[in-house]
Amino acid sequence: MNEILRQVLIVLVVMGGALATAAILIWLERRLLGIWQDRLGPNRVGPLGLLQPLADVVKILTKEDWIPPFADRPVFVIAPTIVVLAALIAFAVIPVTPTIVVVDLDVGLLFVLAMFSLGVYSVVLGGWASRSKYALLGGLRAAAQLLSYEVFMGLSLMGVVMLAGSFNLGDIVAAQKGMWFCIPQFPGLVIFLIAGLAETHRLPLDIPEAETELVAGYHTEYSGMKFGLFFVGEYLGITFTSAFIVTLFFGGWSGPLLPPIVWFVGKCLFFICGFILVRGALPRPRYDQLMDIAWKLLLPLALLNIVITAGILLIMG
Amino acid sequence: MLSLLKSIWIVLRHTFRRKVTIRYPEEPIPLPPRFRGRIILSRDPDGQERCVACYLCAAACPVDCIALQATEDEHGRRYPAFFRINFSRCILCGFCEEACPTDAIQLTPDFAYVEYERPNFVYEKEDLLISGCGKYPDYNFYRVAGMAIGGKDKGAARNETPPQDVHSLLP
Repeated sequence: MNEILRQVLIVLVVMGGALATAAILIWLERRLLGIWQDRLGPNRVGPLGLLQPLADVVKILTKEDWIPPFADRPVFVIAPTIVVLAALIAFAVIPVTPTIVVVDLDVGLLFVLAMFSLGVYSVVLGGWASRSKYALLGGLRAAAQLLSYEVFMGLSLMGVVMLAGSFNLGDIVAAQKGMWFCIPQFPGLVIFLIAGLAETHRLPLDIPEAETELVAGYHTEYSGMKFGLFFVGEYLGITFTSAFIVTLFFGGWSGPLLPPIVWFVGKCLFFICGFILVRGALPRPRYDQLMDIAWKLLLPLALLNIVITAGILLIMG
Repeated sequence: MLSLLKSIWIVLRHTFRRKVTIRYPEEPIPLPPRFRGRIILSRDPDGQERCVACYLCAAACPVDCIALQATEDEHGRRYPAFFRINFSRCILCGFCEEACPTDAIQLTPDFAYVEYERPNFVYEKEDLLISGCGKYPDYNFYRVAGMAIGGKDKGAARNETPPQDVHSLLP
């Protein structure tokens, strides 16, 4: 009984932490973007503007939630929920601290990659079910971009798996006791960062939403809470990708002096701010340039990374 | 790739620059001296209202938001019986200020007049008339104009010569 209660508590803590981070990100992203653009972000609602997510939630819930009459209703309604579900489920395998992990899967890494793939459905179905030009274009481009970048996302992580010898995320964190994998697997880290940006379709690789191009891409026809869910899903994706990078390349919860949870949250925050900085700094590449980089540059580099890592491991015995 | 990293570094440097946002109700917004804000009716340095109800401002107004009616007091001095400006129509263009011959109607640097109901935006003379001279502290129309009203005869204005008796010019 105690064991079950403990498990339920861990589930609630991890899920609650993820959702709370997504909510705080609403405020954090706008504040940070403001700082880097020589202006203030939201600072009126509550001290330092911290109640801004609350105001945003109230706003989105009271907006008119209109479903286009020409849209495919069941798919239209379900599409935003898929990305939120995939991101939340993927949090189940992340080792937050040595004791807090919802489920210690032996194929944790593969599970995460599978959840990333499921997240693609949301964008594609959203664009398709809207039955409108710009949404369809956004959905098509999203499908192509997400699929292409997913190919070498998995491959870039194989180097980490080879070094750690297991797909279990807890084992990967433990294997980084001597040296974090960001140093021997630096090319893998860079490739995975770019792939992570693409998978969560964040600027600069946000052709699917392309706020200044395709009207609003796949979420053109969405309003009200469904639109809000797309955004919560995107923020959850950012949080999850940061947590994943920290787990795989930066030692997860390890660090001197401070308790593991502090190190984990701190490192995740660092990468989340990095995501936001990249959004504020980089221009968007053209769609064909995006696909070029994926297939002609990053995929060969990921394969090269695997070959060289394997070679070095073989030589060193 | 290097240019991307350089872009990121440049944006990161902006963390410590001063923010250009003016925190409005706490910090005042710096206005230029000829800012066209809320309209007022001003008075002479002697304390009487400047407006002579000549209808020039109503004629100049491009959106017809000024309504007034002229009348005369017991000394023969014209003044508006009512003077109404509909601020929900007013575009604050300043044409009325340019047209006014007595510097009565003026635009002030006040932009913070707000109402919840649209009818409250129609300002009457008692809302517009101020007790001071506005932007032009030493202009008194009737001291430089030529007409004779109570308290001033013909020829008694500034820069005005007394009227000629034309019969004395006859050969």
